[in-house]
Amino acid sequence: MRRTVGIGWLVLAIGVALGGTPAAPAQPGITLTYWQYYFESKVKTMDALIKQFETGHPGIRVVQETFPYDSYNQKVASAVPAGQGPDVVNLFYGWLPLYVGSGYLQPLPADAFPPAQIERESVPMIKAAKFHGRYWALPTAVRTLALFHNKDLFRKAGIARPPLTWDEFVADAQRLTERDARGRITVEGFGIAPSGQDHQLIREVLFRQWGAAPYSSDGRKVTYDTAAAAEALGWYTDLVTKQKVAVIDFFPGGNGYRDAFVAGKAAMIVDGSFAIGSIQNSAKFDWGVAPLPRRTAGGTPSNFGSFWVNGLTVKAKGARRDAAAAFLKFLTSPDTERLWLRQVGEIPASKALAADPKLVQDPVYGPFIASLPYAHATFFVDESAQRTVLLDAINEVVLNHKDPKAALDGAAAREQKILDDFWAKQATR
Amino acid sequence: MAPARARPAALSLSARRALWAYTFLALPMAFYVAVRLAPAASALVISLHQWNILSPEKPWVGLANFRELRADPLFWKAAGNTLRYAAAGIPAQIGGGLGIALLLQRVRRLRDLLRALYFVPFVTPIVAASWVWQWMYSPQFGPLTRIFDALGLPAPAFLRTPGQALYAITAMVVWEFLGFQVVIFLAGLEAIPRVYYEAAAVDGAGGMGLFRHITVPLLNPTLVFSVVYGTIVYLQLFTQVLNMTFGDPGGPLGSTETVVLYVYQQGFQRFRMGQAAAATVVLFGAILAITLVQLRSLSRPVEY
Repeated sequence: MRRTVGIGWLVLAIGVALGGTPAAPAQPGITLTYWQYYFESKVKTMDALIKQFETGHPGIRVVQETFPYDSYNQKVASAVPAGQGPDVVNLFYGWLPLYVGSGYLQPLPADAFPPAQIERESVPMIKAAKFHGRYWALPTAVRTLALFHNKDLFRKAGIARPPLTWDEFVADAQRLTERDARGRITVEGFGIAPSGQDHQLIREVLFRQWGAAPYSSDGRKVTYDTAAAAEALGWYTDLVTKQKVAVIDFFPGGNGYRDAFVAGKAAMIVDGSFAIGSIQNSAKFDWGVAPLPRRTAGGTPSNFGSFWVNGLTVKAKGARRDAAAAFLKFLTSPDTERLWLRQVGEIPASKALAADPKLVQDPVYGPFIASLPYAHATFFVDESAQRTVLLDAINEVVLNHKDPKAALDGAAAREQKILDDFWAKQATR
Repeated sequence: MAPARARPAALSLSARRALWAYTFLALPMAFYVAVRLAPAASALVISLHQWNILSPEKPWVGLANFRELRADPLFWKAAGNTLRYAAAGIPAQIGGGLGIALLLQRVRRLRDLLRALYFVPFVTPIVAASWVWQWMYSPQFGPLTRIFDALGLPAPAFLRTPGQALYAITAMVVWEFLGFQVVIFLAGLEAIPRVYYEAAAVDGAGGMGLFRHITVPLLNPTLVFSVVYGTIVYLQLFTQVLNMTFGDPGGPLGSTETVVLYVYQQGFQRFRMGQAAAATVVLFGAILAITLVQLRSLSRPVEY
């Protein structure tokens, strides 16, 4: 203990000797705190980026702090009332309304981040970060969905290429599904995952391709209580009940569908670009990525986009705010986005980079990048509650044999109430 | 030890001993008040506010959170489920525990080994056990399905069926606590003096009579403890439920949702602390009331 104190004094003395001498003008040193969840490649890349930023901005120091993914949202939320939060924070875009609504984030300064320029230069899904007519946070990278497929199983079933339409998808899934003597599925044609990415797939892809917009353009009205949307939901639940090519919770756990795919027990899954890394590391077979199928050949493509954003908290004021804005500017620059893609494997948020023919042609990233122009990011006001509503509708049909239209009407009413409650509270603020 | 110096004693020896005891008790008590009672009391305060954890404004809303709770079908579902867990789990656990303890008491050989084996689940980490049980219940890959197949019975879907999921989780909780109950009952049984049994046997009492008139009454304190403890465990069920239905916490259509899981979801996923605190206050009231009723109605002084 005593020795530590001694070293502390020594370090302080050296620090004073080197930097604190009257000869050098005293730097108004600003130390910013940056928070993100722990994901090795993200943390390492961020460390490298911070070093680069600090070189270009003497006088600003950035300290990165990370937390486990599973408790990250709770950690940020509980730090807010304790006044401990960071200056720049990484948040899931779906949490933005809650954080903005509570006054934790400040709008991005319009001079450094003009909204018109943001919209001109970024992929369209970015509009989900716009709230009360202003931008509150920006992403470095974005994610979309695609169809991961096990090429070995495709070959075994005599299927030459991944499906282009949902009809082909069903036919392929039927040929890919393997059953034991009792007729029980041993390999799923489709690794179904309502609680994984499928609830997003239903909302933003199936509903739209079947001709039903899920929400009004301002995001305040639920509009999927239509016959077309019910038909789309019915098509999805039929995969379990009628086509019998998928089993919900085939492998237990939150990522069971991905585990099943990696184990070679699910021939196809719909998953996000964020899954590439773990599938690359653990899948011991020939696999590929294909764009999501469409309703008809050459029909409307659609995708679900999502992203993590960096925002400025209200803790950053005055000179701190300027420093934090400079850091955010740096994090959203094309150079950072390029490095991020190389190191982390997340696809860039900038339109220009996403149009790079070399990227679009990439066999793994290509299908994700190609879908950026038509990827919709749902404007969630209460992500976990809205997710549960759709999961319940799926279970009502699959387990309780409820009519898809009735199940969906119930879900729409419940979700509308969540939206109404949220906006009512916003109005009283 | 230095010899005690003679001096005028202000306090008697027993008073001084008691003073020391209270001094030592004060420390854990202060700790307990600070980390347990004070936060518990603050839940009552929070429940009367619209307390979004993120929001700087936390307006007083009176009983609005409780009214919202009353109108939320999921809360009622959670409350009903919680009672169902208790009603199914406590009798199974106590009946099973007592039965095994009585059998173990009769055997000499391997008794310690068997007791240890029954106790193993109780010291197994709950999260790990929950994940293993999920695989056991898997309709595709689980050993339970194989057993049903071998018996020629249709295999249930267990956790994927709203009607079965709750009882599937209850079975896992009973498995977890059975060994604990066995140990408690064995200790209780050992404490009953043999002479009562011998005297009764001389008077011509048979097996069932001995059990009803000697074992059960004299085991009453152990039984009361088990019922009260079990009630608290089941009313606070959380970890097993969250982990056994991880993708869709609360099970298909909320069929395994418990009050504590509801509190967690409201407070830490939706940040509605006021709503979560209101549910906590209701749960606290329910546990307190049920425990008091149980203590009153179950405890009987036994005089022989």
